[in-house]
Amino acid sequence: MGTIEFIIGKYNYWVYIILMMVGFYAMIAKHNLVKKLIGMNIFQWAIILYYVSIGSKKGGATIPIIQNGHGEVTHAIEAAQYLNPLPHVLMLTAIVVGVSTTGVALALIIMIYRRFHTLEEDEIIDILRAPNK
Amino acid sequence: MIWQLDLILLPLVIICAIAAITVRDLFSATVLLGAFSFLMCMLWAEMGAVDVAFTEAAVGAGVSTAFFIAAVFVTTRRTKD
Repeated sequence: MGTIEFIIGKYNYWVYIILMMVGFYAMIAKHNLVKKLIGMNIFQWAIILYYVSIGSKKGGATIPIIQNGHGEVTHAIEAAQYLNPLPHVLMLTAIVVGVSTTGVALALIIMIYRRFHTLEEDEIIDILRAPNK
Repeated sequence: MIWQLDLILLPLVIICAIAAITVRDLFSATVLLGAFSFLMCMLWAEMGAVDVAFTEAAVGAGVSTAFFIAAVFVTTRRTKD
């Protein structure tokens, strides 16, 4: 396999790297707290994309439900025809945990807004440094 | 994996992610994040992870976007970057 085919054939992983860097940039460089949270969400979904890409197969593999599984199974079961369900189940948990993390972060953002009346990080730091102004 | 669908969905996902972090209005950013989330949901269904797809559609795209919109309306839409 040539180098170009190697790069193009793994396009899912390149998209995962791009999305991860977009989320990481938003978490570091943006000053708005909601923008940071959006960056965190994008980062999370990039990791989920990576794991689901591990589990998927090219060439017509389907979900792991064995045909005629309740009757008499006469044919041999080929593992190459079925996807690996383990990363899917792990990422199911990761999505739910991610949403609860987002909920806690939004609650903290609302508390910060009630105290400082702004969501910009630099303005909050200015208020914290000069509290009696 | 269906590469024709991948070719459409993956660039749209990247465009939505970049737009969500660059737009200068928090409500627009939230709606773009919801669109990003639904595109990811289509990507899971296309990759054969249907259980992840409908959890993403219900919890990731629906509830998460609703939380974001509620928080933005309670606080402010203003953003500097």
